[in-house]
Amino acid sequence: MSKRKVIYASKLKRATHLLFYKRHTKPGVKGWELRKALGSDYPKVLKLLDDHLKALDLQVKTVFEEEKAVEKPSLEQLDRARHFITLRGDITPKEAKMVGWRIDDLAGLAITISYIISQKGKATRKEVEDMLRDKLPGWKVCLNIDRYIRYGYLTQDENEQLYLDWRTRAEVDQKALIDLVLAK
Amino acid sequence: MQSKHEREKTGREELSRIIETCKSVEDRSLDPFLVDVNENISTVKEYFPEWTIPEDLCLDAETLHHVASVIRLQGEWVRHRSTSLYMDPFLLGEKLRSLSKEEIVETFVQAWHPIVELEQISLHSLAEATAYWINLLPISERWKEKPPAEVKMGSATREELLQENILRDKAFSEELDNFWRELRNYVQEKGESGKIPYWSFIAGETYEETVQRAFMTSFLVTYGYATLEIHPLEEEIFIKPYEKLETKIGNKQLVSIPIAVSVEDWMKWKKGEQH
Repeated sequence: MSKRKVIYASKLKRATHLLFYKRHTKPGVKGWELRKALGSDYPKVLKLLDDHLKALDLQVKTVFEEEKAVEKPSLEQLDRARHFITLRGDITPKEAKMVGWRIDDLAGLAITISYIISQKGKATRKEVEDMLRDKLPGWKVCLNIDRYIRYGYLTQDENEQLYLDWRTRAEVDQKALIDLVLAK
Repeated sequence: MQSKHEREKTGREELSRIIETCKSVEDRSLDPFLVDVNENISTVKEYFPEWTIPEDLCLDAETLHHVASVIRLQGEWVRHRSTSLYMDPFLLGEKLRSLSKEEIVETFVQAWHPIVELEQISLHSLAEATAYWINLLPISERWKEKPPAEVKMGSATREELLQENILRDKAFSEELDNFWRELRNYVQEKGESGKIPYWSFIAGETYEETVQRAFMTSFLVTYGYATLEIHPLEEEIFIKPYEKLETKIGNKQLVSIPIAVSVEDWMKWKKGEQH
């Protein structure tokens, strides 16, 4: 094996450790942390890791600080972005249960995210609560919204406006979700 | 012909009106095209020569700032409508309402790619933890037992509870209505003969939450949203929600029922529930 290959194999291992294991309260690793651990060519290491993960139905997902995805990110933007390992394909509702979600809670999350997308990325908490109360018991609605906020799917400002947060940007293909809902 | 003073007064009113309109569009996510930007700019221009004092110039600048925010919102609105993510919110809302929970979940999991995150112990962390354990003093030395702090009884006003963040700063009647709805749902789900044990309704995950729920429950009973059923021999208290607000309070003599919600009771209930 060439020296270059050995170096990249070792960097791949290191990147796997950093990305798979939770190091902070939030999952994922910031670009600058990867640069520090792997060197300035870490985007290339991430690309190699992504190729390796394809066979396992996993992927390296990058969430930029800017709300929208960046087509050709600069190294600076990548440094500020957070990198995660996510599922590449989709899971079945049965599997969703296995990752710790009850059907009610997941349906509530889906409705909340879809509704906020339809309202151009922000909606009042009251509107969302009314929407959820249609199908969930009232006492659960508030608890669920607080839980979505705690997990990082939503964020709330001082005027009780809800926005999509980093976890939704990392995990949910927003366009696909809306297309699928409308196609039902 | 208006005097200079009158014209200044009208100008201030006009600018304040523009600021209010812009603010309502910004805060309530209304259609930003409801604001006629050209007309507002003309108004700002019209009154600008009148301003001489700094306060008026600040008002002028603030108006321009809010008009600029509305223009930014208009830009975002156009951009959003031109993207593939745009859909009629009403249509989507209707769709969401018509889908069952199962259908929504089936749809969502096709667009959901959850993050993979693992937590695992390593040899290195085990070695560190062992070293820590060896150096750790026994608990009897670290925590000298102290007698439990004496808690004095007292009364608290709603304002004090707001300050302590025990109550939220919502309209109280709205909060009470929500709480009533919660009680009725809870009784429907878990109650028997339209009632539920008092503690199973008020007990929360924390003692603070329990006190808050007991406080709200006392208002439900006082204002005729619910009633208490007390079985003194069995030492049981049930809470029974009314379907409609009962306003017969005036016909009967009100009886005050003190119920202690102490930390010990709450802990007893927690243990009992876990068993």
